[in-house]
Amino acid sequence: MEDTASYPTIEPSNFDLIVVGTGLPESILAAAASAAGKSVLHIDSNPYYGSHFASLNLQEFTTFLQSQSQSPNSTPAEIQPDSSSEFETVPLATRPMYSSVEIISNSPEDPKVLFCADEMMNLIVKTDIHQYMGAFQSIDGSYVFDGSNGCLRNVPDSRSAIFKDKSLSLAEKNQLMRFFKLVQGHFQSDGGEESKRISEKDLESPFVEFLSQKIGLSEKLKSIILYAIAMADYDQENKEVCKVVLKTKEGIDRLILYHSSIGRFPDAPGAMIYPIYGQGVLLESFCRRAAVKGCTYVLRMPVVGLLVHKDDTSYKGVKLASGQELFGHQLILAPSFILSPGLAHSSPGMQGVKVKVTRGICITKNPLKPEVANCLVFYPPQSLCPDQLTSVRVLQLSSNVKSSPSGMACKLVTRGAALPCPQTQPLPHTLPQRNNQTKATYIPHYPIFSGKFGFGFCSLPQLKEINSESEIN
Amino acid sequence: MHGRPRKAPSEEEEEASAVKAAKLRALQSQFLQFHHSKTYTKEAIEVSAQLLQLNPEYYTAWNYRKLAVEHYLSGETNTDTLSESIKSILDEELKVVENALRINYKAYGAWHHRKWVLSKGYSSTDRELKLLAKFQKADARNFHAWNYRRFVTSLTNVPVQEELQYTTEMIYDNFSNYSAWHNRSVLLSHLLKDKVEGYFPKQDVLTEEYEFVRNALFTDPDDQSGWFYHLWLLDQTVRPDHLSVSSWPPHCSNLHFSVDGLLDCCALSPSLLSSGLTFPLILCFSEAVEGINSSTVAIECEYDIINDLIWKPIQANKSGQAHLWMAYLNFPTNGSHPPKIYQVKASIGQSPGIISSSGIFCSHSSCIVFTVSEPPSNLRSGEGYDIERIDWEEENFSLPERHSEDLGLANSFYELRVSEDPKGYEKNIDIIAVEIAYCRELLKEMDCKIGKLTLARLLMAHDELVSYNGENDQKTSSYKEVLELYRDLMILDPPHLQYYKDQYSLVLLRQELSNKESLLKYCRQYGEASSPTKNNCVCLRLDHLSITRIGCIDRLLWVQMLDLSYNELRSIEGLEALQLLCCLNLRNNKLCSFSALEPLKQLKSLKALDISCNEIGGHSVDTRRYLFASPLSHKVGNDWFSDEFSISSADMTNYWEALTVFKGLNLTQLDIKGNPITDEKLKLFFSKILPELKWFDGEKLR
Repeated sequence: MEDTASYPTIEPSNFDLIVVGTGLPESILAAAASAAGKSVLHIDSNPYYGSHFASLNLQEFTTFLQSQSQSPNSTPAEIQPDSSSEFETVPLATRPMYSSVEIISNSPEDPKVLFCADEMMNLIVKTDIHQYMGAFQSIDGSYVFDGSNGCLRNVPDSRSAIFKDKSLSLAEKNQLMRFFKLVQGHFQSDGGEESKRISEKDLESPFVEFLSQKIGLSEKLKSIILYAIAMADYDQENKEVCKVVLKTKEGIDRLILYHSSIGRFPDAPGAMIYPIYGQGVLLESFCRRAAVKGCTYVLRMPVVGLLVHKDDTSYKGVKLASGQELFGHQLILAPSFILSPGLAHSSPGMQGVKVKVTRGICITKNPLKPEVANCLVFYPPQSLCPDQLTSVRVLQLSSNVKSSPSGMACKLVTRGAALPCPQTQPLPHTLPQRNNQTKATYIPHYPIFSGKFGFGFCSLPQLKEINSESEIN
Repeated sequence: MHGRPRKAPSEEEEEASAVKAAKLRALQSQFLQFHHSKTYTKEAIEVSAQLLQLNPEYYTAWNYRKLAVEHYLSGETNTDTLSESIKSILDEELKVVENALRINYKAYGAWHHRKWVLSKGYSSTDRELKLLAKFQKADARNFHAWNYRRFVTSLTNVPVQEELQYTTEMIYDNFSNYSAWHNRSVLLSHLLKDKVEGYFPKQDVLTEEYEFVRNALFTDPDDQSGWFYHLWLLDQTVRPDHLSVSSWPPHCSNLHFSVDGLLDCCALSPSLLSSGLTFPLILCFSEAVEGINSSTVAIECEYDIINDLIWKPIQANKSGQAHLWMAYLNFPTNGSHPPKIYQVKASIGQSPGIISSSGIFCSHSSCIVFTVSEPPSNLRSGEGYDIERIDWEEENFSLPERHSEDLGLANSFYELRVSEDPKGYEKNIDIIAVEIAYCRELLKEMDCKIGKLTLARLLMAHDELVSYNGENDQKTSSYKEVLELYRDLMILDPPHLQYYKDQYSLVLLRQELSNKESLLKYCRQYGEASSPTKNNCVCLRLDHLSITRIGCIDRLLWVQMLDLSYNELRSIEGLEALQLLCCLNLRNNKLCSFSALEPLKQLKSLKALDISCNEIGGHSVDTRRYLFASPLSHKVGNDWFSDEFSISSADMTNYWEALTVFKGLNLTQLDIKGNPITDEKLKLFFSKILPELKWFDGEKLR
């Protein structure tokens, strides 16, 4: 703990809403509340914005990792009970590190790319948030690892991609395109023509069965659709190990999102984009929007506890590390905080973590595909070795998104933790060597509050992902 | 850009458009004043620019600007600043065009104006290509932009290969792009024609292109653009690089004349002239050709009785090319005993000069040799004796006697090749065979109309190529499957029923007329049972076949009597080639106007015609009329209003179609009953315009 004297005093001490943590969901909520005319205080213990969503430079990142790994569980500071106060201070602990909340709408564990037509992009477009941030770079390609040949193949994700594809047979091209049209027909006939809709019964069935039995796709096409387009995590063919079975309905929805993303923005030919300077700029933009609307921001300000009423243990405010007590009608806490069990309304997503995700970051000199700057690569289950039960996804970012030094490529490797032993798992020759695994995105920090302001804030997006959870070994 | 439904305009939109219209009218009248007074001041030109900004389609304003530019250019005298000031004037024009195209990038006038400015040769073409890239990004299928692109690249001599690569990229981007595929076919045509390195031999290029387009066809068979290109490729693969010719009299035939001066044993002879016997020599080419004259087609005959022949094209197109060329041969009757036998040798392509519409030169000479026995001297003139009515009743037809096979028809299948090496099509056959296999694979995946149609076309193409190679094997022929495919398509795709029926007819005729055995099945001997004079005319009876179109004409050149009754013919296009035709039965077909009979105008030897029980006069609007010369056009000739026939002007207006077709025919017999148009007036009309008419609707006239 730093000396309390170094903390500033916050004026006023009463707010409509106090938001602790500057992750993306918190930032969006702060922006929405400020735009609605509420007085909002947004605080974060870190010297930077973004909590676990922040884009950090290499040095900050290693410091972050070290600080977190040294104290897996932060013990809440002992707070002397103050009998004179009508409030009791409940100490606030933080969760072990590597809990993180993702923003991608359909697959929380994905590399942090945005679909051009997803909720996040809709929100960005609707709220003009993009005026506070830099441009997006398109993800130029997505590839799927062909285990039998040991090479990367283009994902035939659109009509022109199918046309150009060199590895599919003509019959497969025909089948795949017909399937895409079927999905499109289902989507467009929503509420209309019944004949073009996929039956309710089929929608409830597992996607993998639908693809093989109803559509009759080849193994190869099935694998491409399941793991490289619908981005299923677990081996859908193997019922025993498959923890999350993708339903046809979800699968179709993901395909529809994918396809409506293609061509939404004229400069992004593919389905996905990535913000230049990393995804941290997203939340920073929301914070900027909140600040324009009168939200008070305080960084480097840990919260040590919650103030609850002595009688009915109802929430009243927060106690800061500076010792100052602040009051607010409502409170939003980042998911990395743990509330003591006595307090109600603890986020249900905190418990029962089912899915574990392994992440790795590599900075390499050689890109996966020399001609492509930013791309996604999918390794479907069992494509790397027989006991690979989940798919592995790699996002390669190059210097044109300012996330890796020029001339180097940065890769975020994600895979399910159901792999038997991640450390000894052999990687395919096409993957970069893992010697730089602890290196992180390299992001030059730049001033946050600049630019033009004005415009109202619109409705809140669906934030169902807010509680989703993943852990990193 | 495509497939957007039109919405009814909202109130504000209507208001806005009313304001725009008012402004437009004001500008327009102002502009026209300037235009009429040839005012080219800065202010006047500015008005035209404003007008074009509002309405880029207003071509009068574009023309005005052209005049204005010419006006200023001719006024420029200072040679030092000449090119500078020209450039600035033209740059201004380009700017106006560009602004207009921003409003409507499909304005013909604007694109044309730009071409006009560019062709002055002062403007940078690089800039144009950059502009084009923008336009083609906004709408990749904009054919104006593609047209203009061809124009610009031809100005700058951009390598054809580079442009081809550009089409590849555009197609990779979105293969549903008719313009890109079209440009590809145009560019490849150039490369193939010039045999540019890397684009020869042709078959290799075609193989690659088939492979390229196949990806599009399989990925989305419902998209037509790829199929269009495939059709072009197919045409390139099948189109022969030689000309084939069939003739009448056929090669190796012997023509005899009976005592009556009639050709062979036919009662209905070609025209007789007092000085001797005349009959036509007909050449039917596989493509429309020009340059047929007495030097390119040399005729050798003993006794030098045939001198400079006058060759006439039949149904020549605008550039004077025709499939069919004809000249009259005249033989003297000397009455020598035994009759002299003349051998006639026609050498086609003796000297260069015959060129086909697709640019094939007929460079190899080839010969037709036939003999004509001298007509007997006691030749009876056709004049005078009573003309009998042709009766199409079944009882008048009998199976031909064996010897009638010796008729000219026996050898009429001979197809003359004007190519040194006829067996050059193996590679093409292989290519088509591969395409057939892929087409079948696609049809296995899904039911697809255009796939079936393509398969039918491919199978026919295969047969055709095989026949070029001289292997006309019936067993390997796929006629049956093709017919089956067309029958399928008629059910699957009713909107295009007529097309499928036409194709079906062509295939059927091709099959039935392809060899002597099957042809003989349709041959009957005509001779009226009750008639005292035994006529021995062979009639080709293609009745009751449900055909909608006539094809395979090159095999029918010998026909003098043709029965096409009880079919579904709507047109008789192609019949003009049958120059020997005397009797034609078109009873019970679907001919719906006299103009559908236009080919008859060319048949000077036609005597008997039956068009009863058709639909002539049953349709108020003749949808074929645009193909037909109207009385107002200059083509018809100025003898129209001559009082040769003393026809009333009412008749003229009512029957002008009939007049154009039948005037000049020498019909002796006409049957027309059972058509909606038939009445007493019509009978009177025909008796006026057909002076030789003896039989009308079964009744004897006069």
